[in-house]
Amino acid sequence: MKKLMPNDLERIREEMRAVTNLREGTGRARITMHMGTCGIASGARAVLNAFLTQIEGAGASDVILTTSGCAGLCSREPMATVELRGETPVKYVDLDEEKAARVFREHVQNGQIVAEFALGAGSERVS
Amino acid sequence: MVDLSLHVLDIVENSIVGQASKIDVEIVEDEADDRLTLTIRDNGKGMEQTEARECLDPFYTTKDRKRVGLGLPLLAQAAEQCGGHLDVASVPGAGTTVTAVFQLSHVDRQPIGDMRTTLRVLTATQPEITFSYQYIARKNEPQESQPDEKADAKRS
Repeated sequence: MKKLMPNDLERIREEMRAVTNLREGTGRARITMHMGTCGIASGARAVLNAFLTQIEGAGASDVILTTSGCAGLCSREPMATVELRGETPVKYVDLDEEKAARVFREHVQNGQIVAEFALGAGSERVS
Repeated sequence: MVDLSLHVLDIVENSIVGQASKIDVEIVEDEADDRLTLTIRDNGKGMEQTEARECLDPFYTTKDRKRVGLGLPLLAQAAEQCGGHLDVASVPGAGTTVTAVFQLSHVDRQPIGDMRTTLRVLTATQPEITFSYQYIARKNEPQESQPDEKADAKRS
């Protein structure tokens, strides 16, 4: 890995400024990445980084990206919750970088829930 | 955790929950002493002495409805299996310092890993917190002293 130099951090700060502004304002969407020990151990950092890259790439300055702790379903980590303003939050499970990119494109940007990655689908079984 | 940068991300999460506004991460590699020291220092709300001891117990947690808290115990285990140890020093109201010491050359010692991404995601998601990261390598070359590398990321 290349060594991290002071000017790299300055550059990262500048890059992040657009993203971080969102938290103060009223965002259109909020992505909450679950960053408990379980999440981090199963790859949450790469997924969070992928969301960041997507937000930057799309110039989506109205998307709030934040973190929370363990959500209590460690076996389905990495997990993220996506909430569009005025709509029901959706929990996505077993995420990776590719899935994060799809969730961002389809749900965050186009409002279409990616049901196949969501925690729950369908009704209880009646027997 | 496969590397130290992931442990850092995890331990820093404790500092965030502890309402820290400033978090300093320092890694010192000392070849002469064959030691790697990772220090995470915050100015959060700190802990009483009993809690600072209990937090190394995997069955201790402050979270509601949870039975385990594995962040610090995992780092302690990683340090201890490399001939090192982990210390937690905390002052209520002033902050907490977590220090993990590893034998630098130990075969099981985890690599530092991708600190760049750890810092990137931390500064992006915690804009109100000031992070600093310092990496110091003390090489075992007596004829030529190596300059220390310093890196600071400050957010306002």
